[in-house]
Amino acid sequence: MSKFRKKGGKEMAPISTASLPDIVFMLLFFFMTTTTMREQELVVKVIQPKATEVKKLEKKSLVSNVYVGQPMKSYQSKYGTEGTIQLNDFFAGVDDVKDFIFAEREARKEEEIPLLTTNIKADVDVKMGIITDIKQELRKVQALKINYATVEVAELDYK
Amino acid sequence: MARKVPEVNAGSMADIAFMLLIFFLVTTTMDVDTGISRKLPPIQEEELENKPPPIKEKNLFEVIANVNDQLLVEGNLMEVKDLRQATKDFLNNNGDGSCNYCTGVRNPRSSDNPHKAIITVQNDRGTSYNLYIAVQNELVAAINELRDELAMRKFGMPLSDLSESEQKIIQKQFPQKISEAEPVNLSAN
Repeated sequence: MSKFRKKGGKEMAPISTASLPDIVFMLLFFFMTTTTMREQELVVKVIQPKATEVKKLEKKSLVSNVYVGQPMKSYQSKYGTEGTIQLNDFFAGVDDVKDFIFAEREARKEEEIPLLTTNIKADVDVKMGIITDIKQELRKVQALKINYATVEVAELDYK
Repeated sequence: MARKVPEVNAGSMADIAFMLLIFFLVTTTMDVDTGISRKLPPIQEEELENKPPPIKEKNLFEVIANVNDQLLVEGNLMEVKDLRQATKDFLNNNGDGSCNYCTGVRNPRSSDNPHKAIITVQNDRGTSYNLYIAVQNELVAAINELRDELAMRKFGMPLSDLSESEQKIIQKQFPQKISEAEPVNLSAN
């Protein structure tokens, strides 16, 4: 009658790993549904401005992104350091905005076209001139829903 | 008697699933796009024959930003941090007394009521995007604060806690009327 187990008595039953794949699959499906594919490579530097009164953009599939910023270091010899537009995955001029919007519309169903939002992701250091040009182009092709991408912060401090 | 089918070894299933999991973790992002939404005005093809009725000067709240990122609000130089209060005072003014929920000072030289009051923003081509967003943010913040205060007085709750129809009522009381002037080059050079 011993209270203590004898050494080398019963072997511990191994933990069953049969349900491990199921757990991992659950994780996998969670990440597949909650995340979206990474966006295209950026060739311009974009640090979004901060704002407090921001809204979430609803449907990601109905958003077309226009990036504006200073070209990255490796492109500066060719494209300069002024604010430049990036559409899809390369530099573009203001005139290309129209074609970009048409191409975006082409890819969507017809009933979704009025819901398309143009998301302007511009760098804080960009001047308003180029933003105004983009906005004029968008007005010309009746792409009137726009969004200025900003980072949400709780409080802004002005110097 | 049929031959027994050998069981497939499922031991590596976890490894395969892990590989897939890691692939999706690396190639996807979770961040949501946030920002300030605006609706652009449609372009005017030709001059309208019968022009819209002129807006009284006192119902206009002019915000002008110049190339040096300075703000001119109603003719006075102003800092961005003071813009919110100035906008609130303007919208809440209730000059003609027709707005029974306004708490403004009823200055006869400021806006008549929140429905007539229009904010207009003008900027130079050289104004920084940062300032532009800051101005837009302050204007929206001013309207949101007014709506929130009204919701507190009327329903005793902040705007976000109200039902959708109640939110609509409040939003109608303080409409968001921000217009942007046609682009001009303010600095001649």
